[in-house]
Parts: sequence; C-alpha cells; structure tokens
Amino acid sequence: MSVLDSKIPAGSLDRKWSDYKNKIRLVNPANKRSIDVIVVGTGLAGGSASAALAELGYSVKAFCFQDSPRRAHSIAAQGGINAAKNYQGDGDSTFRLFYDTIKGGDYRSREANVYRLAEVSANIIDQCVAQGVPFARDYGGLLDNRSFGGVQVSRTFYAKGQTGQQLLLGAYSAMSRQIGKGKIKMHTRHEMLDLVIVDGKARGIIARNLVTGEIERHSAHAVVIASGGYGNVFFLSTNAMGSNVTAAWRIHKKGAHFANPCFTQIHPTCIPVSGDHQSKLTLMSESLRNDGRIWVPKHMEDAEKIRTGKMKPTDLTEENRDYYLERRYPSFGNLVPRDVASRAAKERCDAGFGVNATGEAVYLDFASAIMRYGKEQANIQHLENPTESDIYKLGRDVVEAKYGNLFQMYYKITDDNPYETPMKIYPAVHYTMGGIWVDYNLMSAIQGCYVTGEANFSDHGANRLGASALMQGLADGYFVLPYTIGDYLADDIRTGTISIDSPEFIEAENQVRSQLEKLLNIQGTKSVDYFHKRLGKVMWDKVGMARNTQGLNEAIAEIQEIRNEFYQNVRVTGKMNEFNPELEKASRVADFLELGELMAIDALNRAESCGGHFREESQTEEGEALRDDDNYAYVAAWEYSGDVTKPNLHKEDLVYENIKLVQRSYK
Amino acid sequence: MKLTLKIWRQKGPNDKGQMVTYPIDNIDGDMSFLEMMDVLNNQLIESGDDPIAFDHDCREGICGMCSLYINGEAHGPDRGVTTCQLHMRKFSDGETIYIEPWRAKAFPVIKDLVVDRSSFDRIMASGGFVSVNTSGNTVDANAIPVPKADADNAFEAATCIGCGACVASCKNASAMLFVSAKVSQLALLPQGQVEAADRVLNMVKTMDEEGFGNCTNTGACEVECPKGISLENIARMNREYMSAMVK
Amino acid sequence: MSKSAILSSSIAKKYWMALTGLFLCLFLVGHLIGNLQLIFITGEEGKRAFNEYAHFMTHNPAIKALSYLTYFSIIFHSIDGIMLAIKNKKARPQNYAYNNPGANSSTPSRYMAVLGTLILVFICTHMANFWGKMHFDTIPLHTKTIEIPNEMGGEAQKVELYLTTKGDYVAAQQFEVRNETEFYVKDLDLKMGEGYKDLHGLVMSFFGQNKPGFDKNDLAPFAVILYMLAMATLGFHLWHGFSSAFQSVGVRVSSYKHPIEIAGKVFSVVVPGLFAIIPLIIYLF
Repeated sequence: MSVLDSKIPAGSLDRKWSDYKNKIRLVNPANKRSIDVIVVGTGLAGGSASAALAELGYSVKAFCFQDSPRRAHSIAAQGGINAAKNYQGDGDSTFRLFYDTIKGGDYRSREANVYRLAEVSANIIDQCVAQGVPFARDYGGLLDNRSFGGVQVSRTFYAKGQTGQQLLLGAYSAMSRQIGKGKIKMHTRHEMLDLVIVDGKARGIIARNLVTGEIERHSAHAVVIASGGYGNVFFLSTNAMGSNVTAAWRIHKKGAHFANPCFTQIHPTCIPVSGDHQSKLTLMSESLRNDGRIWVPKHMEDAEKIRTGKMKPTDLTEENRDYYLERRYPSFGNLVPRDVASRAAKERCDAGFGVNATGEAVYLDFASAIMRYGKEQANIQHLENPTESDIYKLGRDVVEAKYGNLFQMYYKITDDNPYETPMKIYPAVHYTMGGIWVDYNLMSAIQGCYVTGEANFSDHGANRLGASALMQGLADGYFVLPYTIGDYLADDIRTGTISIDSPEFIEAENQVRSQLEKLLNIQGTKSVDYFHKRLGKVMWDKVGMARNTQGLNEAIAEIQEIRNEFYQNVRVTGKMNEFNPELEKASRVADFLELGELMAIDALNRAESCGGHFREESQTEEGEALRDDDNYAYVAAWEYSGDVTKPNLHKEDLVYENIKLVQRSYK
Repeated sequence: MKLTLKIWRQKGPNDKGQMVTYPIDNIDGDMSFLEMMDVLNNQLIESGDDPIAFDHDCREGICGMCSLYINGEAHGPDRGVTTCQLHMRKFSDGETIYIEPWRAKAFPVIKDLVVDRSSFDRIMASGGFVSVNTSGNTVDANAIPVPKADADNAFEAATCIGCGACVASCKNASAMLFVSAKVSQLALLPQGQVEAADRVLNMVKTMDEEGFGNCTNTGACEVECPKGISLENIARMNREYMSAMVK
Repeated sequence: MSKSAILSSSIAKKYWMALTGLFLCLFLVGHLIGNLQLIFITGEEGKRAFNEYAHFMTHNPAIKALSYLTYFSIIFHSIDGIMLAIKNKKARPQNYAYNNPGANSSTPSRYMAVLGTLILVFICTHMANFWGKMHFDTIPLHTKTIEIPNEMGGEAQKVELYLTTKGDYVAAQQFEVRNETEFYVKDLDLKMGEGYKDLHGLVMSFFGQNKPGFDKNDLAPFAVILYMLAMATLGFHLWHGFSSAFQSVGVRVSSYKHPIEIAGKVFSVVVPGLFAIIPLIIYLF
C-alpha cells in the first residue's frame, strides 16, 4: 500500500457516510469549549466550517487576509449551486448527481467523496434557506432551478447572477452570530505564513498581522486550511487579486502532499483580455450558456473583416455563422462541460476564426434567445400579430430579468451593449481542481491539519462541473468537517491549551521572519508584478489549455530562471513592521514561483488527456481528450523533498466499484 | 491619456496626511481605475518611492473591498459600479482626478487610501443573522413558500456588498443604508421574522455606538451605491424599528 | 431596552424630528389661513376679521393648548435638530479635500440645519415683532372712526368707537382703558366690556402702511424683503423636510413621482409663497 491512506470506510457506497458518522467518536459539549480550532480562510468552506464548529462549541480562531470575512472570493461565484433535490421532477437523484460529477471530472475523483458530496447537497439548500439566503423563486413561492453545463437535469439553485455572494453572506452571517457570542475570534487582515507542527501534529500557525506587520503565533488543537485555489499562478485569472496558494503551499512544505496540481479549470465564458495593463479577468456566468449561442464566422475572410472592424457580427447571416458547439456536440450543444467548451473555443481561434483584435475571442449571442422569449411573452400576453420590435422588446425584458446584472457588468467593462451586439468571450483560468491531498476525513498527510474547499483536491477530479464548487465548499464546511474533526479531537480533551512558547513555534516564527527579510533585502530593480506577469505568461502558454512534453520541459526551465531572477532582482518597498501590500504580494508570488514548477512537473508526468488537462500527445482523431485509464487512473500526490525541483510522487489508485469508466462523450 | 492625480497620502493612522500630486501618462480608456493605479504604483516602485496603498480584491465589483472617493464621489462618477469596474474612458485627457479614502469617524484610515471598516462587521455580529444552527435536520427548503415579490425584494436588499460607499457619500457618514439592507432582507423573509424586533434594535444600537451619523434622507447613498440598494430599505427599517420599540 | 431608545437612538430622534416637523406644517396652514385675511378682506371688515381671529387665537383654551404644543414642537424640533447636527458633524471629523455632493443629493437636503437655524432666528424676530407686542406691550385697540354729519352745517363731527369682544361698537370717549384692553366707565370701577388689540394695525404699519396710533415704520421695505427671504428659507427647508418626514416614519418616499414627494414640493412652494406675498401686497397697496 502506498503512503496515502484514503481511509474510505467499507460498505456500500450509499451507506458509507451514514454508517461512518454513526461510529465516529464524539467530543462532549463541556470538552469542546477547551478545544481550539484554527480556520484559515473565510470563504464558503472556511466560513461555514468556522460557523459550524463554533455552533458545536469549539473555540474557533478564524483568519482571513481581507478586511472582512465577507469578502472571500467565493462571493464572486455567479451561476448557482447544485443539489440533488429533484424539485423539478426531471429524474434527478443523489446517484445521478454523483455520476454526473464523476463523469464531469473525467473519472479522476474519489467515488466515496463524491457520493458523500451528492448526499449532503440537499441539506445545504435546506440550511441556506433557513439562514435567509434569498434564492430565486417561482410564482408559487417555491425554489426555482436552472440547468448547467455537462448535465441534463435542472438541479442548480441560484440567486440571479450572485449565488456565491448570497451563500457566502449566509455563511458570514452564521459566523457573525458566533463572533458576537465570542465563540469565533476573528482575525481579519491576517495572513497565515506557516504551520506549526508539535510532536507530529498540527498545533498552530504563524500569521502576519497585515495592518501592523507583526508576526504572530496562534495555537490550536487542529488547523483547517480553507484558503481557496491557486489560479493566480497564471497572473491573469478570474480569481481575486489576493487569492493565493501561500497557506496551502506552506503546509505542503511542512509535509502535506499536493495532489494533481496540473488540474486547472479554464472557464469558457470570460471577457477577453483587452491589453497589457490587464490585472484580472472577469467571468461571465456559465448560466449564460443556457440561452446564449456560441459562434464564430464560418468563413475566414469574414473573421478577418470583423477583426479589422470592417464588418459587424450582426451583418453575418445565419448560414455564414459556425455554431461550433452545436455542430460538434449535438446532444449537449452549448451546454457541454467547461473543459470541452474552452478547448473548442481555442481550437477555432487557433484556426484563425477569432473575432477580436487579438484573435482570441468568440461570440456569445443572445439574439435568438431574445426573440424566442419575446414570442413566448407575446403568446402569454395574447398579442396578435406583434411586430419584430415588439417581440424584441418583450424578449429583451425577459433576458434582462434573468441576466441583467451580468449584461450590465459586461457593458461597464467593455462599453459594448450585449443586447444589441453579441458578447465576446474567451476562456480564462478559473478554478483549480488540484490541491492538498486529503483523506476521507479531509485530513492532509499532516496529523490534525485539515484542508477543505477548493484548497483540497478531492471532489472534482480533472474537471469541475458548473455550480459544484459552492456545493463542495459548503458540504465540507457545514456537513463533513464538523463530524470528522471530532473523531480526531476526541484525543485532545485533556491536552489543555497549546503553548505558543515551545521551540517549534519559535523556530517557525524565525523562519517566516527570515524569509520576509530576505525578500525585503533583495532591493533589486523590478516590481513583484513584473515577475508575476512573466510567470503567468509561461504558465498560460505552456501549462495552459493545451500542453505537450516539449513545452512543459521548457516551462520548467523558464520558471526556474524567473525564480532565480526574482530572488536576485525583485524590489519590495516598505518595511516589515507596517502595512505593506508589496511585501504580501512578494511573499505570495514567491510561492507561486515554486508551485508553477510543480504544476508543470505534474502535467509532464500525466501523459494522458483528462478533463482540464489536455496533453496534445493524447487525443482522439476528432481532437477530443483521450484518457489513459490503464496508466493514469490515480491521484498524483506530490511530497516536498526539501528541493522544489525534485518532489516525490505518491500515487493513490482510484478504484471505481460502482461505475464503469468510459470515454466521456457529449455528442 | 494624460492625467493629473491628486491623491491622499497618509503613512499611518496617526499621521496627519496630505494630498500629493502625481502626473501620469499613457493611460488607456480600456483600463479600469485600479489598473491605472497599478500603473502608477509600478512607476513609484521602480523609482524607489512608496507605492500607494489601496484596498482591492476581486476586481469584478462584488467583494466590496475597493473603496475610493474619486472626484468627490464614492466609486467615482459612473453609476452602478465599484471603483474596480470604473473605466478610464469615463475621464478625459488632461483631467485632474482627486482620489481620497472614505471619510468617517467609524472608518479610520489605516494607510493612504485604506480604511478600517470593521465597524460594519460589528454591526453584523450584533444581529445580522438568523439564529439557526447547522444541522442536517432543518425543514425542507420548499416547506416554507415565500411569495416571489418578497423573495425578490429580499434578494435586492441582500445584494449589498458592504463597501461603505453609502457612509462615504452621506454628508453625515450614516450607515443607515447598509444596516437597513440587512434588516430588510431578513424582515421580508419568514425565516427572519422571529427575531426581527431584537435584530433591528440591536443593530441600530451598535450602529449608533460605532459613531455613524444619522439619516437626513438626502438620498446620496442610494445614488452612489454600486448595487443600487433602495432607500425603501431605510423606510422599512424605520417601520421595523418603530414596531420593535413599542413592543 | 426599547424604552431607553425612545429619546437616544438615532432612528427615534428622527421620528421626533418628523412628527414635530409635520405638526409644524399643520400649524403653518392654520397660520396662513389667518394671515390671508389681511389681504383678502379689506377695509373695516378685514380689520375686524383679523383682530377677532387674533383674539380667538390667543384666548380660546383649545387653541391655547395647541399653541403650547406648537411652542414645544418648535423648541423640540430645534434642540433635536441641533443634537443631530452635532452628532452628524462628529461622524466625519475630517472632510473631503474635494467633494461633489451635488451629484447625488439636492442642495436643500444637505443644508437642513442651516436652513432650520435661519428659520429659528426668523421665528424669534417674528415673535418679538408681533406675538410679543400682542402679548406684553400696550398697543392701540381696535377703533373705528365714524363721522356724524353736522346738520347745522359746518364740519362733521368725528366720533371714535371701540370694537368690543361682544361684537358691538362703543363710543371711546365714555370709557377709560385699564389693563390694556378693559373698558371702564370713566371714574367708576365698572367694567363695561373688553376691546381688541389692533394687531391688524400693528401688522399693516410694520409693513409700511400709515395707521393711526402706530408709528410709521421707516424700515418697512427691509422688513418686507427680510420676511420674503425668510419664507424662501422656509420653502427650501420644506422642499426636503416635508417628504423626508414621511420617509423617517417609514413611509417610502424615494421617487420623484411619489405622491408624497409631489405633495411636499407643492406644499413647500405654495405655503411659503402665499405667506411671502402678504407683506408685499400690504407694502405696495
């Protein structure tokens, strides 16, 4: 057996979690009070975990780098959250959600974890509604659903285009209640910079107070890392500017394994890059694909005319347009999973059919949806012989009610009116399926160090389906971790408060301090962003949507070079003991410069295509991703060896007892 | 585009602070306001100066972190956007732009353009929630139908991003729009009605203690709110407060 | 906790502002109706109507109670307003170097405290000029002079009459006036009735007309102008205050199309406007 023990309970798939919960050890309420838990990150995973643990009675110390827990980047999730409620009666079930998620993840996730996720999904909706989350409702007052990519049922609950915001504010309000009671001690504007391990167990963290610059020690009986994903390694992504890998990377360097780091989700519907100044990319919700049709010109000369501004998209007639997703994938059409849609856009743009100045954009068109809804409304309102413009107006109102805020956002950013001309979109880095390896209990390879949400690797395999990230974050935080952590903490009821004066704490603090001083003392000539942008370009070009052996090898060499240069020539202004955003950035980019290499190493190791990881060497004749289940049906968990260029690979074989591995098809 | 920036610089909470002028060139209309600030900061760093500290995170208008008072208005002259979504095409070549932090007693300056908005969190902790514990046993989500109009109004109120533009714009630095948005959201939903009276009393009490001003109903908050939170929420909170007071 | 909040909480303070403010709006209407008699009824009839009205307003017990409520409202509205303004000032210790509030709010709404203070100053001078004189000064009584033609030829005889509160006229020369308004039979301790203080004459002469028994006001043009300015101030105060009061007590008034908003605008123009034209007409005609 490998060093990786996933601790999946025995028994049939549908009984595993409930049987396991029944046998798990509990901590009695009086003892919980004397047990501290640190939670790093206050997004859906961290916020919900903090609230749930505090409600149970644990003393929680929560940390976030933002100025309030409400600002975690979960807030930006737009489209919705999946749950196997089957409110629409369209044949949904726990098993179907489980199956769709495994299939969507291209058979690279753990069966037992995914089944548990599907199982608790319904509870999430109940819990959120009880908290006052205002989900969309129909006229009967019941919850409404919509459909998302890669599935054929409507199981996505939503609150306009701000579902993540509403769910996060729900978790934040649950946290606020506990903060008010003193059960959660909230440390905002704090960044975790190291994990402290005492006698083989995670017992605390070193954090920097970002306002005063002080380095602080915080102790606890267990540490939960819920610090999100690492998409910002690409510099340009839909992540927030502050999103970073630091917490996850530091525990990796303390012994936690980093699993499948190359699994990156490139989201198909983002606003294209407009210039060199660009600092981040903005996502347009996948829900737009419910009604929008994606196309490029059928003929190269039309594409050229559009690129040079000699022609407008609305000038092209239907027969001169190529609705390439509908053409290639007739059964799923515009609602294919994200990885498929992204690659298809790249394929068209690489072939020269891109529609903006850089040639890296395709159209997302609502014209036919507007007319379709308009006709429907005209019927409802019994309008006889409505004119085209009446229909357009009625349809526009419907589209506005559904997607108004997204259209408005698009308009503000691009200055183009999407009601009148099709939106331009292009894929962008959005989510990272890879993350810290955890077992069934969500515990990493370090005893007492748990990892939840996007920061762990467990549920989405090689590709995440839309509306599943919110589901996973909340499932981990509300319904999984609070149980599994009790089993571990049951041993700690007599431990008492962990001292922060032990040699381990002092040593960790000194290490953090010297790393920061090192960065400050380089006093080179280039800003942190300069290096971050260079890293991002290498990652996007060579470890992005399509990867090959040569490119990956080049990437590894280039990243090493950038890293060396960074440590010789970066200029970090300001001092350690003050509010210093440049120092924060430098410390995060230093970690990205190491992670980037690991991603390339992992991508190189995985000589198959699966989900978001597309190896050009491994494709079908039609250009679809070709998996290699014989050789790669495993989780690649990388262990830090002391040298970032030579990580040790551990494999956790993925055993499928309940479903058959097949080549994914959305045709 | 060539611009003159007049920016508030303040080393720390106890520093007096002052407006400092920075010329900047080669600004593209497609840049967001914060990207323009990035350009300026990179220039400052490369010339060895201290870059300007400003809060920002998601840069897509939803996290509520960015908070600049631009040319005398919260989030600048455009409507319905946060600073990160404000684009430079809204300014003209040669313009002078004033950039200041939110100003309120309850939002003390930390550095330059960064302020401490934790007073909002404390208001939330005093009652901005429904007291329901996490369990797998809450009633089924569809067991309590909510009229669509109520659900939609609650949602509109709940879209508040807690950026503080309302406080910054209000001549009295009042937090009424922020507080009323949460009070309204939960008062409109059956789940929140059980605690409605205590909630409004406690949240308003904390709001007053934090040193925010009173509402003069000027409506500036509604105009400047990047999410268009309606003054109707303030009216609703006034009603809620009255009925809570006489209870 | 709810009881202690009645005076101290920010929202409750606004209720009091709103309720006292709305009550004062009602008072304005009453006051205006009284004042309009000054210009709409002319001659002795108008004089009589106005003086009877003034007497009624100062002697009727119910009106008296209302007037105390009015004084209270003015004082409370002022003190509460000042307290709110002080707290609001404190809420922003440092002002913006560059501010553009015109982009998001109406000018009157931002200067309610200043407008209110000006109005308070006006109320003080206004009360000193009329209310105070009416209450505490000895001012001429309502008299009417009639001419009795001399049948013998020669000059007509002028006879001065007092108007009594019973509504009849009595010859002035038969009585002496004690305690400002009481008519006593000369040299006897016999009270025969009571007269009206001639507030009408006071007002008319204050705004520039020549009235017997009153000094000519040389500063009348300034009085008229200041009065009109004060009414403009009141108008601006009401422009925001009227609808704002409804918002404060929880009636939503946020759109320009809202009936209360429209009513507020009409009220703030019509009421102070009518007040303002009265002295002008008195002065000019």
